[in-house]
Amino acid sequence: MIISWPILAQFFTALFCLFFWARRDIQRILSLVGSFAALASAIGLLLQVQEAGIQVMQLGNWPSFAGIVLVADLFSAIMVLITAFMGLMIALYAISDIESGQEAFGYHALYHFMLLGVTGSFLTGDLFNLFVWFEIMLVSSFVLLSLQGNRPQIEGGMKYVILNMLASLTFLSAIGLLFSVTGTVNMADIARQLEVVAPQYPTLIIALAMMFTLAFGMKSAVFPLFGWLPASYHTPPTAVTTIFGALLTKVGVYAMIRVYTLIFNQLDTLNYTLTALLLISAFTMVVGVFGAVSQFGFRRLLSFHIISQIGYLIMGLAVFTVASIAGTIFFMVHVILAKAALFLVSGIVKQLTGTNDLKQLGGFYNNNMALSMLFFIPAMALAGIPPLSGFWAKFAIIKAALESGSYWIVGVGLFVSMLTLYSMVKIWTYVFMRARPEAYDKPLEPMAVNDRWLRWTPTILIGGLTVLMGIYAGPLMALSTEAAEQLMAPAQYIGVVLGGAG
Amino acid sequence: MNLLLAVVVGTLYGAGIFMVLRRSIVKLILGLGLLGHATNLLIFSTSEVVRDAPPLIKTGETSLEGVFASPLPQALVLTAIVIGLASTAFAIVLMKRAYAIMGTDDVDVMVTTEGS
Repeated sequence: MIISWPILAQFFTALFCLFFWARRDIQRILSLVGSFAALASAIGLLLQVQEAGIQVMQLGNWPSFAGIVLVADLFSAIMVLITAFMGLMIALYAISDIESGQEAFGYHALYHFMLLGVTGSFLTGDLFNLFVWFEIMLVSSFVLLSLQGNRPQIEGGMKYVILNMLASLTFLSAIGLLFSVTGTVNMADIARQLEVVAPQYPTLIIALAMMFTLAFGMKSAVFPLFGWLPASYHTPPTAVTTIFGALLTKVGVYAMIRVYTLIFNQLDTLNYTLTALLLISAFTMVVGVFGAVSQFGFRRLLSFHIISQIGYLIMGLAVFTVASIAGTIFFMVHVILAKAALFLVSGIVKQLTGTNDLKQLGGFYNNNMALSMLFFIPAMALAGIPPLSGFWAKFAIIKAALESGSYWIVGVGLFVSMLTLYSMVKIWTYVFMRARPEAYDKPLEPMAVNDRWLRWTPTILIGGLTVLMGIYAGPLMALSTEAAEQLMAPAQYIGVVLGGAG
Repeated sequence: MNLLLAVVVGTLYGAGIFMVLRRSIVKLILGLGLLGHATNLLIFSTSEVVRDAPPLIKTGETSLEGVFASPLPQALVLTAIVIGLASTAFAIVLMKRAYAIMGTDDVDVMVTTEGS
C-alpha cells in the first residue's frame, strides 16, 4: 500500500490547490503540507523496500500481466525520496521566488502535477503507463516554463514543447512495436517474453533498443539531441529552472537505466547498444562542458553543465557493471543536489542584483561571505574535489570503467572534470572574487526578512547535504550497490512482479 | 487490410517527418499531428485487424479461441489520442502567443535565447 502514497500525496495536493483557485495563501500552505506528506511517505517507502525487498501493488487488483502495476525496487525508492525532498525544498523557495501573477494562474497546482508525473514515472512497472506519467510531467512542465509568457519563455518553450512531443511520439511508436513482438506492455512480462522471442529477431530488438534510447535521450538531453535545454532552461523563474534541472532530465536517464537493465539485457543487443551509449556519453560530456565554458549567463552556464553531467550518468550505464551502475545511482543523487544548490544561489544573486549576466556581477566575496560559501561548496562538489559528494561519485564511475577496461572514456571523463572545475572557477572569479565593474556598480536590492528565510533555508539544506553525502559516502555507496545488484539481476524483479500468476 | 494499414502508416510517417522539417511552426505542428496519427495506427495494427471477431467469450467456454480483435491496443490508442489532443492544443496556444509577440511563425527568427 505504501508504494502509492508518494503518488497520492502529490495528486491530492495538486487537486486541492485547484479547489482553492482564488486563495493563494491557502495554496501555499497546501503546497508545503503536501510536499511534506510526500517526503514522509517516500522515506517510509525506502525503509519498507530496504527491509522487505521489492514492493509491488496491483492497481484494481488485476493480475500483473493484465493490469497496471506499481513496482518499487531500491533504485525507484531512492529516486522517489530525492524527488520528494527536492519537491519540499523548492516549494519553500518558490513562495518567495514566484510572483503572485503566476500563482494566480495555478503555479502550485501545476508544480504538484509535475511532481506527480515524476514520482509516477519512477514507480510504474508498465511501459505504456510510463508514457502516460511522462506526458503528465511534460504537459505541466510546458505550462510552468511559459507561465509568464514573455518573449524568451515563448521562444524557449516552443523548442522544448516540439522536441519533447517528438520524443514522446518516438517512445510511443517503440512501445507499439515492442507490443507487437511480445504482446504485453508490462515491463517484467516483456522481459520474460523476450527471453524466448529475442533470439528470433535479434536485429529488431536492437532497433527497438535504439528507438527507446532516442526517445529517452531526447528527454534527458544527450549529445545530438540537447538543443532545447540551453535554449529554454534559463528563461523561467529560478524555482522552476531548479526543479527542471534537478529532476526532469534525470527521469529520462532513469527510464534508460530501467529498460537497459530489465528489457534489453540480451548479450547480442548489449554488444551493439553499449558501444553506442559509450560514444554518446563521451560526446555529451565534452560538448556540454565546452558549451558551459563559453557562456556568460549564470544560469545558462549551469544549464550546459546539466548536459555535461548527464554524460557521466550515461557513461556509468554504458560500462554496465554492478559497480558502474551503483556509481551512476550515487552520481544521480549527488548531481541533483549540487546542481539545485547552484541554481538556488544564482536565484539569490539575481534577486540581490537584478541580473544573471556574469559580466555585470562581482564583489560578493567581500560583502556576502555566507553566500560565497553556499556557492563554493556545491561548485567544488560538482567539480569533484574530495571530500565532497562529487568526488566519490566520479571515483566510483571511473573506477568501474577502469576495471572493465574502457580506458579512453576514463580519459574523457577526467578531462571534462577539469573543464568543469575551470567553468566553476570562472563563475567564482566573476561573481564572487573580483570587484564589481564600476559601470554596473549599484547598491544591492534589499531582501525582506521573509524572503531571506524562504530562500536561504533550502539553499543551506541542499548545500549541506552535498557535504554530508561526501562524509557518509560509505553507507550511501553500499545502498547504491545494493540497488545496482537488484537492477543487474532482473530475475528477482520479474519474479516479484509476475508472482505465481504468470 | 494489414497491407492497407501498412501503406497508410508509412505515408503518414513520411508526410509527418516532411512537415516537421519545415521552418513554419504551423506546418511543424501539423506534422506532429500526422506523426501522432501514424503512431496511433501503428499501435492499432498490432492487434489482429479482423471482422466479426469481438473479444467476447462464448457461453460455456472459459477462454478466447482462435483469431480475435485484441482490445488492449485499442485501449492504448484511445489513451494516446486523448494525450495527443491535449499536447497539440497546448502547442497551438503557444504558437498563437508566439505569433502575437513576434509577428512571425518562422522558427529561424526565434533565436534570441540561443546566444551567450
